[in-house]
Amino acid sequence: MADVDKDKLVQFLLRMGDNTLILGHRVSEWCGHSPVLEEDIALANTALDLIGQTQMWLGYAAEVQDEGKSADDLAFLRDVWDFRNLLLVELPNGDFGRTLMRQFLFDAWASVMLGRLIRSSDERIAAIAAKAGKEVAYHVERSAGTVVGLGDGTEESHDRMQAALDYLWPYVGEMFESDETDAALAAAKIAPDPSSLRTDYDALVNKVLAEATLDIPAGKFGHKGGRTGRMHTEHLGHLLATMQYLPRAYPGAEW
Amino acid sequence: MKNEWPLWEVFIRGQHGMSHRHVGSLHAPDPETAIRNARDVYTRRNEGVSIWVVEARHIAASSPDEKGPLFEPSESKIYRHPTFFDIPDEAGQM
Repeated sequence: MADVDKDKLVQFLLRMGDNTLILGHRVSEWCGHSPVLEEDIALANTALDLIGQTQMWLGYAAEVQDEGKSADDLAFLRDVWDFRNLLLVELPNGDFGRTLMRQFLFDAWASVMLGRLIRSSDERIAAIAAKAGKEVAYHVERSAGTVVGLGDGTEESHDRMQAALDYLWPYVGEMFESDETDAALAAAKIAPDPSSLRTDYDALVNKVLAEATLDIPAGKFGHKGGRTGRMHTEHLGHLLATMQYLPRAYPGAEW
Repeated sequence: MKNEWPLWEVFIRGQHGMSHRHVGSLHAPDPETAIRNARDVYTRRNEGVSIWVVEARHIAASSPDEKGPLFEPSESKIYRHPTFFDIPDEAGQM
């Protein structure tokens, strides 16, 4: 384990794991409901990848925390105010276009972030990033392809993708917020300062959105508070009620 | 249906396979998406190392009605099977 305050390392691991957990659950809500069979299976695959990444992030978080908890305990027995995911990933799916736009905006960030984390001074984090990075490289290829296909598609698909981008863009800025936790991890070379990812992120996102004939909204306002735990949207509690129902109603259940 | 995506036939080369084998079909709007869909639909259990897709309309197929003239003449020509020869080990995979 790298040389940094334990609580700060846990905080970072929760941020990573809660992002993939909550987005993985959101994406899994499409299972059986996607517009076509091929997309249904592809989204389920993505959701499973994200849940798998969650097991690695929260598993390591539980180890570092050293309070006898497991990744499952962290996923299913914490309440809204304990979650550290970006607000972006807890937003409701909306239509298929909005789901894929959210996926692309997250995948683009994840691909840049994991690309840096493979050089983390913490070997466990570097190993998780190496494994997750291959999955995310595919996710971003797929979601970017769909964003371009729908953005530069019919008039209706274009309008829906532009509406999705207008709705989601104010949630992008939170990815690049920094606080003292980030500063400590950056100093220990465990993780990059989030703000340092913005240039690479913008290059990727601008290229894909231009190809998709979509315009990035001009407004500078940004929603935030998820990754610090200061506030979540009203939607996260409803998501947790569904996701956590079984282990809370039947504690210790196994199958 | 007018808005239906075209049908693609999917061929996968397996971990130890020497050739691509037909595994099924799917719908996709373009070749790149067809390959990604094939990856997601047909290689979830680590089946493949290579994917080919071809739009189904580009495949010319023999007619079931011609089965007799096409295939029956070869039934009586067992001497065409290479089972009468011993293949040397050093020949390797045939």
